[in-house]
Amino acid sequence: MALGFLSRLKQGLSRSTAKISESIGAVFTRRKLDDAALSDLEDLLVAADLGTAVAARIIGEFRRTRFGSEVTDDEVKQALAGEIAKILAPVAIPLALDRGKKPHVVLMVGVNGTGKTTTIGKLAQQYREQGIRAVLAAGDTFRAAAVEQLQVWGDRTGAPVIFGPPNTDSAGLAFDALARAQEQGADVLLIDTAGRLHNKAALMDELQKIIRVIKKKDETAPHSVLLVLDATTGQNALNQVDVFREMVNVTGLVVTKLDGSARGGIVVALAEEFGLPVHFVGVGEQAGDLRPFDPGEFARGLVGA
Amino acid sequence: MFDALSNKLSGVFDGLRRRGALNETDVMEALREVRLALLDADVALPVVKDFINKVRERAVGIEVLDSVSPGQQVVKIVNDVMIEALGGAGAVALNLNAVAPIPILMVGLQGSGKTTTSGKLGLRLSQRLRKKVLLASLDVQRPAAQLQLQQLAERAGVASLPIVPGETPLQIARRAMDTGRREVFDIVVLDTAGRLSINQELMDEVRDIRAATNPAEVLLVVDAMTGQDAVNTAKAFNDAVGVTGIVLTRMDGDARGGAALSMRAVTGAPIKLTGSGEKLDALEDFHPERVAGRILGMGDVVGLVEKAAETLDQEEAEKLAKRMARGQFDLEDYAAQLRQITKMGSISSIIGMLPGAGKIQQQLEQAGGANIDKTMLGRQAAIIGSMTRKERKTPDIIKASRKKRIAAGSGTSVQEVNKLLKQFDDMSAMMKRMNKLGQKGLMRHGLSALMPKGMMGGGGRPFR
Ligand SMILES: Nc1nc2c(ncn2[C@@H]2O[C@H](COP(=O)(O)OP(=O)(O)OP(=O)(O)O)[C@@H](O)[C@H]2O)c(=O)[nH]1
Ligand SMILES: [Mg+2]
Repeated sequence: MALGFLSRLKQGLSRSTAKISESIGAVFTRRKLDDAALSDLEDLLVAADLGTAVAARIIGEFRRTRFGSEVTDDEVKQALAGEIAKILAPVAIPLALDRGKKPHVVLMVGVNGTGKTTTIGKLAQQYREQGIRAVLAAGDTFRAAAVEQLQVWGDRTGAPVIFGPPNTDSAGLAFDALARAQEQGADVLLIDTAGRLHNKAALMDELQKIIRVIKKKDETAPHSVLLVLDATTGQNALNQVDVFREMVNVTGLVVTKLDGSARGGIVVALAEEFGLPVHFVGVGEQAGDLRPFDPGEFARGLVGA
Repeated sequence: MFDALSNKLSGVFDGLRRRGALNETDVMEALREVRLALLDADVALPVVKDFINKVRERAVGIEVLDSVSPGQQVVKIVNDVMIEALGGAGAVALNLNAVAPIPILMVGLQGSGKTTTSGKLGLRLSQRLRKKVLLASLDVQRPAAQLQLQQLAERAGVASLPIVPGETPLQIARRAMDTGRREVFDIVVLDTAGRLSINQELMDEVRDIRAATNPAEVLLVVDAMTGQDAVNTAKAFNDAVGVTGIVLTRMDGDARGGAALSMRAVTGAPIKLTGSGEKLDALEDFHPERVAGRILGMGDVVGLVEKAAETLDQEEAEKLAKRMARGQFDLEDYAAQLRQITKMGSISSIIGMLPGAGKIQQQLEQAGGANIDKTMLGRQAAIIGSMTRKERKTPDIIKASRKKRIAAGSGTSVQEVNKLLKQFDDMSAMMKRMNKLGQKGLMRHGLSALMPKGMMGGGGRPFR
């Protein structure tokens, strides 16, 4: 089973990077690392969403150490992956549940459609496999059929779902869910929230209110605030992280849809700029498609090494 | 117009003023700035390259005019090329030239906004065009997706195809078209499951659906925040199903929206609609000339002026926008603003058209912009009216004794005078910061960087 998962992850990651690796291969087989070659390499990083500044910095480092050398395809890839992995290593931190908390409260936040609800379903699946008792809270009381969507995940993973009638106040629902999870002695409470654009102040206030209200039940909660990012997102992810972090004290990131053709290079820029832990990556729509973030693999995947 | 890029480019072109014609080297240097601006806006690299080539061809050899700087001339060319690349001025309507029931097929990646857009389309077509619309969800993949569309249809007041568990997407599509014929619908919107462009099986599936229904429109729904991957997605969907139009969602966010240019360039299909909110009526026509400025990081200047022009005379609007941009905003402007406020909406609606402005706009509204009633506006106007011209130009000199005089003269209280001065202070501080940060800083940190601390988090009622 574990092997199946691994190969699936690898498949997902490598598919998403097949193109870039091809191009690097084409560009660098026994080639002198001159201005033109470096510029092509910089383009490849830009095309992977690393952003112009980060790409320029990484290539600047290359220029300093390797300018003019004759390099093979493989050397370039390894070295480049090494550079990127160095940036990513400090943020590859698994999500540690505080087992002293009953429950450890996880608040899932992010802009619309990034994969918050699906990630909760996947986490519930993982916790079940580990014998950790999870309760889900249907805190998206706004979007049509959001509650029913989470309920399906509850059915799939055997996790109880706390929900309210339509148009329930999401903060109140979160409060009730925490009370119920405490009564049941649950290990972890996963609170879903409605997707919201970070530039909508009123909706960000609403998130802050959820946090204020659950603190009335447990002042140490939420113990984790996970921002879910879509790997297809470009430079705007920087704004997203900036604002969510400031408003609701994000403790870690989840990067979804890495099974697609998007390379998720923005994660490198995010690591440089914010240094927030990346706990998981999503590589599919099924319950089993959640992986820990492995910087070496991600970096090698990114450049096709 | 176009200040940020203009400034950079005029730096590049300093000292070139008297040279006659722009040469290749001059232009190349300027284009490096343009390239960065486009990439920072998430325009895909291959598309950026084509774009730069077009601008270069047009700019090299052009005569330097006396009246404008070479930098401004290049910016003008950039803007022109951008508008052309986005499809030229004006909006392109949906193609409804087909025999009823007219199928419209919605496709795109997971989470791009297809279902919400389907609901919005239902509302728009039924209300504006008086069409009888049927919404059908072919999404058997995501939990409760069919239920979501059904609920949206109810809200929009249009019909949705009854949910039959166990059917394949193709079966649902056929049933939708049968129902459309039998029950004489004008339009059938077919909402499909999100799919990755590299998932061959699912791309084949949507190709089959297309073949079976022969839609008048195949709308590719794309998130405005999409990065470089836009080219892959656009190409794959276009190859598989032949995209006829693009819908750009989440334009109410603060992304620069370079994906619009990438998508348009790769598919050749016009961008027809934009989504600008979660409410069902938040669906708008796409105007290339407005989005051009946004991609270039210069705000929707056209939209700003137009909005103002609807109610004000053009000249006054431009003057105000210019003074705001320069940070020269005194109590006279504030008074002028007050006078126009009922016609034009609060100042926040102007700010709302600048990039990254949604947040600050709402904060301004919470801070009073939206909720002040007309009597209060009248009182504020009276306060300013009781000031001397000097006081209006340099409000700093208004100390205790002047405040008393002004309050008495306007029939208000010193407290109210203070409140007005404070509001004005906040606003002008914000505008100063807007200048200091420059466009780059604004894009990076959003307009929140401008907000005085006291104005943050007003705890207002959430609204969508
Ligand atoms: N391919 C792929 N699809 C994913 C992944 N994660 C989520 N999705 C899909 O993305 C779409 C949106 O996921 P949701 O979990 O509903 O996203 P959300 O953030 O809860 O959305 P809102 O609540 O509407 O804001 C669904 O179709 C999911 O199946 C992933 O890692 N890979
Ligand atoms: Mg959700």
